[in-house]
Amino acid sequence: MATKASRSAARLMLAPAVILLLGWMLVPLTMTLIFSFQRYLPLRGGFQGWIGFENYTRFVTSSAFWPSVQATLFIVGGVLLITVMLGILLAILLDQPMWGQGIVRILVIAPFFVMPTVSGLVWKNMFMDPNNGLLSHLWRFFGADPIIWLSDASMASIILIVSWQWLPFATLILLTAIQSLDSEQIEAAEMDGASALSRFWHIILPHLARAITIVILIQTIFLLAIFAEIFVTTQGSFGTRTLTYLIYQRVLESQNVGLGSAGGIYAVILANIFALFLMRIVGKNLDR
Amino acid sequence: MARSVTTQRKTLNTLIAWGIGLLIFFPILWTILTSFKTEAQAIADPPVWFFFDWTLENYRVVQERSNYSRFLWNSVIIAGGSTILGMMVAIPAAWSMAFVPSRRTKDILLWMLSTKMLPAVGVLYPIYLIFIKLGLLDSRFGLTIVLMLINLPIMIWMLYTYFKEIPGEILEAARMDGAGLRQEILYVLTPMAIPGIASTMLLNIILAWNEAFWTLNLTAARAAPLTAFIASYSSPEGLFYAKLSAASTMAIAPILIIGWFSQKQLVRGLTFGAVK
Amino acid sequence: MGRIVLEQVTKSFGDVTVIPPLDLTIEDGEFTVFVGPSGCGKSTLLRLIAGLEDVTSGAIRIDGTDATSIPPAKRGLAMVFQSYALYPHMTVRKNIAFPLRMAGMDKAEQDRRVEQAADVLNLTDYLDRRPGQLSGGQRQRVAIGRAIVREPSAFLFDEPLSNLDAALRVGMRLEISEMHNRLKTTMIYVTHDQVEAMTMADKIVVLHAGRIEQVGSPLELYRAPKNTFVAGFIGSPKMNLITGAAARQHDAHTIGIRPEHMSVSASEGTWSGVVGVSEHLGSDTFFHVHDTGLAETITVRVDGEISFKHGDRIYLTPRADVIHRFDDKGDRLS
Repeated sequence: MATKASRSAARLMLAPAVILLLGWMLVPLTMTLIFSFQRYLPLRGGFQGWIGFENYTRFVTSSAFWPSVQATLFIVGGVLLITVMLGILLAILLDQPMWGQGIVRILVIAPFFVMPTVSGLVWKNMFMDPNNGLLSHLWRFFGADPIIWLSDASMASIILIVSWQWLPFATLILLTAIQSLDSEQIEAAEMDGASALSRFWHIILPHLARAITIVILIQTIFLLAIFAEIFVTTQGSFGTRTLTYLIYQRVLESQNVGLGSAGGIYAVILANIFALFLMRIVGKNLDR
Repeated sequence: MARSVTTQRKTLNTLIAWGIGLLIFFPILWTILTSFKTEAQAIADPPVWFFFDWTLENYRVVQERSNYSRFLWNSVIIAGGSTILGMMVAIPAAWSMAFVPSRRTKDILLWMLSTKMLPAVGVLYPIYLIFIKLGLLDSRFGLTIVLMLINLPIMIWMLYTYFKEIPGEILEAARMDGAGLRQEILYVLTPMAIPGIASTMLLNIILAWNEAFWTLNLTAARAAPLTAFIASYSSPEGLFYAKLSAASTMAIAPILIIGWFSQKQLVRGLTFGAVK
Repeated sequence: MGRIVLEQVTKSFGDVTVIPPLDLTIEDGEFTVFVGPSGCGKSTLLRLIAGLEDVTSGAIRIDGTDATSIPPAKRGLAMVFQSYALYPHMTVRKNIAFPLRMAGMDKAEQDRRVEQAADVLNLTDYLDRRPGQLSGGQRQRVAIGRAIVREPSAFLFDEPLSNLDAALRVGMRLEISEMHNRLKTTMIYVTHDQVEAMTMADKIVVLHAGRIEQVGSPLELYRAPKNTFVAGFIGSPKMNLITGAAARQHDAHTIGIRPEHMSVSASEGTWSGVVGVSEHLGSDTFFHVHDTGLAETITVRVDGEISFKHGDRIYLTPRADVIHRFDDKGDRLS
């Protein structure tokens, strides 16, 4: 619905964004792809020849690979489970009539705005420290031996920290979705004699289905890439080395760029699987 | 939902919700409280709550010993700069896709979204290498560009959903009224788009301020923003909880305030308009 | 001045042809109404004249100059949109002044023209409000005000009354007609409502699937519709179209008889049927008559005092001089 003149102007205005993003995507990705077929150790002789898919097989056969996949799945799965379930409950709670609703919402959302390094360190030192942390004070208060959180329960600790960061996101989106539910629908269900529980199952939950899917997909993409929380707490030790962290170590710590790049390509493929699902949902939304 | 409930029920809701809200907020509250304590009080068992000697000493020490304001300034430059640069690219792009859509618009939008999904670690070394080659490592400029690029898709998407809500007939009316493209953008589109542009900028500042992969990996002493500064507390010596708290409080305070203002827009931005 | 000529104008969106080659002349000072069902291309045609869409081929001349590739702002036309398209962030005053400001007119002259327009349109008290604080009718007036201050060579209206409620619509219809009488400027008005077309137009252009079915004055269209489409579209209630034996008696494939051109009787007449729904308007009554053997329903319009009940047998007699005859393609037989 426009004239030719405005169409060519539009193309011109779109061009910088497309060129920048195309460059941002293609150039580094191509380089990663090229490195992944090389034996490339910048600190130990640099480029040492083309080795085909050896990096790819080495990456998956190394003893660190499967534990890292496992750690990734645990963290992503655990955080998703906690944030989505608690998020639904919190969203329903915050939708109820109460005094000071706005303030409560602000309190609940706040953790999302805390930078990852701060939340990692605050939890690590001030709460989970076995000597001086608040949680160990609490344990001692009840006469129990404090838990050495980040080594004895490292996975649970990381899941706790990351869930605390992402619960606000899930809650906020699900709350927005609940508020878009037509109150007449709920009233109609009440008139039809549906109990609170069956109203939840048959009306609220189906209404939330799309929002829940979106929360899961977006969080998955971000959670697959969490880095700073691990970087400032366990540094990948005690079974918390995720795929992202493993690749980071291969590339920057041990400077085995070829091997790390092969890992990077795996990560790209993994993220794209989830991205495809997300884009299908978002794309459907565009057609409306 | 405008439904009547008993006062009893409302009281119960209020108590539960406030309880949970405070529990979730507690780590932040505790950090803020601790920042005003002495190091000894910060680790006291049993913990001291409100009745301690409130002191600003930690804030002074953090600033003096580690030159906090320089990191703060880096954060401001990087978050602000990447936002402004990003908007300069994103506004025309979103404008053109919202008002002059073509058959490929949808594909372009989805493709842009897909670049946001690219895992950073997959391109870490190439970017690192490019930065070394171009002398951008540990520079505010380099980091500004990277943060602009990683958030560009979100900016374009968010602006696109806002622009889409501006009725096309108004722009046509402006055209009929004799406005050229420049005047159309200046007098009609921009004033109507300002709320959307403002929310997009706020969200982008939040995202850029808190970004903690590239800021940690591409900076050292010179260009490090607050994320990297805080990370330097991960291997401490001696008593330092109160100082960590003071540094943390200063690092998150601006974003907490901005974030509270833009919580509604956050949903739209982070879900790419799929939830409003 | 405002004589608009369309020569062999076509419009396609991709492979879809919306307007097949079309010729049309709109004389200076004429109130022309484009009317047709939704999707008939009437709005597209208006937007082509406005310059908001490019023509695929053909030429548009305004006052003799080829305007085909002139941008909308330079065509000297003003448009009133269906949604009013007011600038929400500007006051009424600024809205009305906007085209003048774009034309670079000096401030004093702008003010003078805005005040004058506001006076004519009863908007003086609202000049400093924003569109959001106005009612639908007032917004409509602002949109018209924004159009008239430019003193355009022609006004274009795109279904301007469709967002108003029924009572306001009648009032605005009169105001626009009065405005035309006063300004004597060319106006092109798009609507899907044949009542608006009949009451306002000097010339009606009936469009169907992008094609012009007929051009003429309201009464020409009423008296001598060129085909069954126009016959069915113009006039309310709709003309009864009858095929079969009754039509063959008149040497036609289809005959048309308007509801107001039949007389009714309880005892005798040419056709008979059973009364279904009766609509009493006070001045008139419409009977929907079934089981006539002519068509599913025959509508007849009679004086408001005549009364039949649901289920009554009724006899109808058409006035022989106003029976319209159409051939098997639906075209009028003279």
